Amino acid sequence: MATRHSQGIARLAVAPAVIVLFLWMIVPLVMTIYFSFLRYNLLNPDMDGWAGFSNFYYFITDESFPGAVFNTLALVATVIVASVAGGLGLALLLDQPFWGRGIVRLLVISPFFIMPTVSALVWKNLLMNPIYGLFAFLQQLVGITPLDWFAKVPLLSVAIIASWQWLPFSALIILTALQSLDEEQKDASAMDGARALSYFRYIVLPHLARPITVVILIETIFLLNIFAEIYVTSVGGLAGNLTYLVYFQGLLNFDIGEASAGGLIAVVLANLVSIFLVRIIGRNLEI
Amino acid sequence: MARQTSPQRKLIVTLIAWIIGILMFWPILWTILTSFKTEQDAVLMPQLFSTGWTFENFGIVQERSDYLRFAMNSVILAFGSTLLGLVFAIPAAWSMAFSPSKRTKDTLLWMLSTKMMPPVGALLPIYLIFKDYHWIDQHIPVLVIMFMLNLPLVIWMLFTYFKEIPVDILEASRMDGAGVWQELTRVLAPMALPGIASTFLLNVILAWNEAFWTLKLTDVHAAPLTVFIASYSSPEGLFWAKLSAASTMAIAPILILGWFSQKQLVRGLTFGAVK
Repeated sequence: MATRHSQGIARLAVAPAVIVLFLWMIVPLVMTIYFSFLRYNLLNPDMDGWAGFSNFYYFITDESFPGAVFNTLALVATVIVASVAGGLGLALLLDQPFWGRGIVRLLVISPFFIMPTVSALVWKNLLMNPIYGLFAFLQQLVGITPLDWFAKVPLLSVAIIASWQWLPFSALIILTALQSLDEEQKDASAMDGARALSYFRYIVLPHLARPITVVILIETIFLLNIFAEIYVTSVGGLAGNLTYLVYFQGLLNFDIGEASAGGLIAVVLANLVSIFLVRIIGRNLEI
Repeated sequence: MARQTSPQRKLIVTLIAWIIGILMFWPILWTILTSFKTEQDAVLMPQLFSTGWTFENFGIVQERSDYLRFAMNSVILAFGSTLLGLVFAIPAAWSMAFSPSKRTKDTLLWMLSTKMMPPVGALLPIYLIFKDYHWIDQHIPVLVIMFMLNLPLVIWMLFTYFKEIPVDILEASRMDGAGVWQELTRVLAPMALPGIASTFLLNVILAWNEAFWTLKLTDVHAAPLTVFIASYSSPEGLFWAKLSAASTMAIAPILILGWFSQKQLVRGLTFGAVK
């Protein structure tokens, strides 16, 4: 039972974290909003004054804008579908008894520990290079002309890399959920095909709803803002997302005003997605 | 009771699982193998094994790009920001888990929502502030940014762990005449430590691999390994053996840490979604 006194202490303990997060969220956001209405270019110090909505206008009418929005959403969607479907398959497989389970588990989760700059460069060069890459070699082996991945299908290439990175995460969480299912219930499933299928449909899938929701939430947070994979593979011009476009306008073109407007548009987009997600999570969350 | 499976079935599952496991791990294995090859062998594709194994790539990478300094910076930023995060998160998560109020759920969801704010929404002000104060490429300011970045997740993870500590046990120990200090060291700490440890590990890994802010806010002096690797992205002809050696050096510490602590990591990763 919490007394008034302990409630006070409790609030005091939460306060520092809340204040830090509040400042971290509000100060840059307010400044970004302010910048987005200014004529503000680092290369052109004479330019100043209010810009009205022209920064937003220029950002939205930029020819790369529609593509950037599409790339942002397409990347999130493809990688989530691939990693959740693949993760479910992997988890069901790893849940079976077999020899060397511990080692295979280690092999499968390893990509999660690899920093994005490394996986992007390794995939781009060692695997997807159209002349010397491993994929090119395999394609030649079966008589197909090697695909120039990053020139022909840049978005798909980035999506493949990101899926490889995120597959272990969803597999691991779904596997943990599977293992928390009752062993006895699993015995029942070992009987015949039809029963196994309905067991999966009515017992396993509902049990996995919560962990899969969490996987989708966490992955969305990270994938909406995916940057390093696009940056180090230099496909920003072909498959850049909103994050890349803002970086391009702000830190390469030094147009702070327009980039800030773009940043705000990214914030709005992320909020639309997250309002939707937080609702679902909030419903599934018992506190 | 363990499930009964026929040996044939187990054999087939073993085979499939190993094939998939090796495929998933292949890019990493391939990188590690290539790092021990000569540059000429590195681009000869079908060759799984090299004609002459060599360690010289690692030496060249260290000499050319000063690996050790970047590695040291990664350690400072990842461990520093995580420790700072724990200092703020432990009291917060603790009090939300043990004396929740009407607003606790909203506070938690709000904290999570700060994580949803895209970094580009904050990029320009932070970048300009860093430029004005000459903070770019300085350890402490970058460390503070990374601390704030991961704070919501640290709080969430700790919260899900702390919530599972039974409150009754405190009352029981009080009944047995335990003082505050004994309560803390004998009863609470042993139960809270595993959760804190796995939160710590997971956030070290996330911070080690963080590659948005580190790419923008650091350059040489305070730059971690993510930036070190990015410097290998510019095309200067084929130097895959060196790229592979640099990659191997960048991922090895955290890969090994991850392997050894995977059991502890799993629970933290599920964010309380799996009981």
